[in-house]
Amino acid sequence: MITSVPKLLYATLITLKLLSFSIIFGLFIGLIFSLMRISKNTLLNKISYYYSYIFRGTPMLVQLFIIYFGLAQLDWLRESFLWVILKEPFWCAIIAFSLNTGAYTSEILRSAFQTISKGYIEAGESLGLSKFKIFVTIQIPVAIKQSLPAYGNEIILMLKGTSLASTVTLMDLTGVSKFIISTTYKPVEVFIVAGSIYLFLTFLIHSFIKYNEKKYEAK
Amino acid sequence: MELLYFGQKGWGDELFLSFLMTIAVSMSAFSVGIFLSALFTPLKFSKLKLLKFISNFYTTVIRGVPELLVIYLFFFGGSGAVMFVASIFGYNEYIEINAFVTGSLAIGIISGAYSTEVFRGAIQSIDKGQFEACKVLGIKKNIYFLKVILPQMLRLAIPNLSNVWQLTLKDTALISVTGLVEIMRQSYIAAGSTRDPLFFYSFAALLYLILTFFSMKVINKVEKKYSRSF
Amino acid sequence: MRKLSKTIISLVAVFFLLANNTLADKIKIGTEGAYPPWNSKDASGKLIGFEVELAQELCAIMKHECTIVEQDWDGMIPALLMRKFDAIMAGMSITEERLKTINFSQGYADEVASLAVMKGSSLANLQTVKSLSLSKKGGDVKKTLDQLKNALAGKTIGVQTGTIHQNFLESGDVGKVNVRKYKTQDEVNLDLAAGRIDAALAAAVAFTDYAAKSGKPVVLVGPTFSGGAFGNGVGVGIRKGDSSSTVGKRDAKILKDFNKAINTARKKGIISKLAIKHFGFDASM
Repeated sequence: MITSVPKLLYATLITLKLLSFSIIFGLFIGLIFSLMRISKNTLLNKISYYYSYIFRGTPMLVQLFIIYFGLAQLDWLRESFLWVILKEPFWCAIIAFSLNTGAYTSEILRSAFQTISKGYIEAGESLGLSKFKIFVTIQIPVAIKQSLPAYGNEIILMLKGTSLASTVTLMDLTGVSKFIISTTYKPVEVFIVAGSIYLFLTFLIHSFIKYNEKKYEAK
Repeated sequence: MELLYFGQKGWGDELFLSFLMTIAVSMSAFSVGIFLSALFTPLKFSKLKLLKFISNFYTTVIRGVPELLVIYLFFFGGSGAVMFVASIFGYNEYIEINAFVTGSLAIGIISGAYSTEVFRGAIQSIDKGQFEACKVLGIKKNIYFLKVILPQMLRLAIPNLSNVWQLTLKDTALISVTGLVEIMRQSYIAAGSTRDPLFFYSFAALLYLILTFFSMKVINKVEKKYSRSF
Repeated sequence: MRKLSKTIISLVAVFFLLANNTLADKIKIGTEGAYPPWNSKDASGKLIGFEVELAQELCAIMKHECTIVEQDWDGMIPALLMRKFDAIMAGMSITEERLKTINFSQGYADEVASLAVMKGSSLANLQTVKSLSLSKKGGDVKKTLDQLKNALAGKTIGVQTGTIHQNFLESGDVGKVNVRKYKTQDEVNLDLAAGRIDAALAAAVAFTDYAAKSGKPVVLVGPTFSGGAFGNGVGVGIRKGDSSSTVGKRDAKILKDFNKAINTARKKGIISKLAIKHFGFDASM
C-alpha cells in the first residue's frame, strides 16, 4: 500500500490538470452563455437556455461517453482536423467537463447579473459612464462577488467530476485508486488514502474561495 | 430505429426496463438519503461536540470525495463488511447483497449528505425570534419543533431538495459499475454489443432528459402547493 | 430511545431479508459477458458464447445445478474471493501470478494472443516468426522480441485492464510502449477501429470475431504469443482456502469435480465441438 502512494500523488497532478483546464474553459463558456441568456435576442436566449438545460439535465458520464465513444464513430469527423483533439482521451474529457461546468457556471452568473440592484447601474449612469463601462467596471465585479460562494461549490463538484476521466482510460486519482483496488483487493485502505487527497484539495479550494470572499467584502 | 425494437431483435424492452430501474433506484436512494438526514440533521445542532463532529464528518467526507470512489468502496468492500459483521455473530455463509440494495445505499449515503446540509441551512435560516416568542407563550419544546420549525423547514428546503433529487438521479448513472442494469449500464451493454455507442448514449441522454423534465414538473407542483398553504 | 432501537432492529431484519443468502448446493459461475466469442450478451440480454455453453455442458456432466452470474472483468477475482460466485469461466488464463491468489482447474482451451492493427497502418507489414512461445529460452525468442521492440517503440497499444496482455506489455520484454488500459475488450476494439491507438493486444479470436462482425479492416500482425506471461491455457478459476473450513472443503470438491468434468468433456469431444462452433478452429486442450 505504501508503495502506491507516489503513484497516487502523481495521479493527483493529472486530476489537478483536468480540473484547472475545465474550470478555465468552463468559466469562459459560462460567461458567454450567461450573456446570451440575459440578452434581448430571443434566438441567443433560447440557445443558451437549451444548452444549459441539456447539460444540467443529463449525467456527465453520458456526456463524456457521447463525446469519447460516440463521436469517434463518425468517419467524417475522424477525417477532419477536429480528430487531432478528439483522438486524445485527455481532450475529450476536458471538452465534456468544460461544457458541463460551463452550463452550471452560466446559470450562476446569470442569476448574479439579474440580481444586481438597479441602483448600481443607475449610479454608473449618473456618473456618465457608457453602457460597456458600466458592464465591465460595475456589473462584472459585483456579479463575481455575488456568485463566489455558489461558484466555489461548483469548483468542488467539478473536482469530484474529474474522477469520471478514469472511465475513458485516463489514470487520474480515481483511475489509479481503482487500479490499485483491483490488484490488491484492499478497497478501504485505498479509499482512505485517495479520499484524504480529495478532501485536502476540497479544503484548499474552500479556503481559497473564503479568502476571496473576505477580500471582496473588505473592498 | 430497429435497434429499439421490443423483443429478441432490438433493445427497446431492455432499455425500457432499465429506465424503470433508474426511477426505482433514484427514489429508493433519495429516500435513504432523507432517512439519513433525519438522523444527521439534529446531530448538527447537538450540544455534544462528539455528535456534532460525527455529523460534520459525514457530510464533509461524502461531499468532498468523488461519488465514483464511494461506489467502488461499497462495491468492493460492501459485501465483505456485512459478512464480517455477520461472522462476529457466528454466521459464516455467503450473504449476497443484491445490486439494487448496494446501489441504493451507496447513492443514498451520498444523497443524504447533501440533504442533511439542505435541512441544516433551512433550520438556520428560520428566524430565532420565533423561539423566544414560543418561550414567552409557554409552548413546549417538542410542540414548538413539530408545529413551528418543521413546516417552515420543509417549505424552505423544497427548492434545494429538488436540486438534491436531480443530483441523485444523475448519480445513479455511476452505479452502472456495480452491475445494476439501469439506463447507463443497459446502454453500455447495447453499445458494446451493437458497436453503436453514439446512438445508444444519445438515447440514454434523452431518457435522462425525460426524467429531469417530468421530475421538474412534479417538483414545481409541490412547491406551488406548499407556498400556498402558508 | 426505545423507539429508535426498535426501528434499527426492524431495519436490520429487512436488510437480511433482502440479502438473500445462498445455500451450498448450487454452483455459481462468474463470467464477463463482454469478451466475444468467449462470452458475451445478445440483444435480449442473455449470456451467450463458448464458455456459457461449455459451463452448461460441464454442469450437466457433474450433475450439478448451476447459475451463471455476470461480473465486470475488473472485479472478477475480488468477487470470487467475496464468494459472489464459486467459479470463474471468463477466458481467464492460468498464470503464475493469479495462482498466488486463486486455484485453477486444468485448462479447457488454449488461448493464443496476438497484436492487431488496422489495415494500412505502418505496423501492418511487420514480419516475424509465426508463433512465439515465451516459455522457451533461446536466440529466436530474443530476436523476435527485439524486432517487436523496434517496431513498437513509442507506439500506443490498447489492452483490457488486468489481463495477461497488459502484464506482458508492462513487463518490459518489448521495451517502452504506451499501454492504454480499457475496462472491456469492446472498448479496445472501438478505439482500435477509431484510430485512437496504434495497435491492440488480446486473444487472437477476440479480434477476428470483431473484424467479422463489424466489417472493420482489423488485421492480426506479428507472432501469436503463448507461454511465460501468457500463462498455460484458460481454466476454471476457483477459490483457495483452508481445507478445514466448510467453505474450503466445498471449494476443493468443486475444483475436483471441474477437473473430472473437463476430462470427460474432452474425451467426448464436447470441448472441440464447441470451440469449432465459436472460434472456427479447435482450441480445446
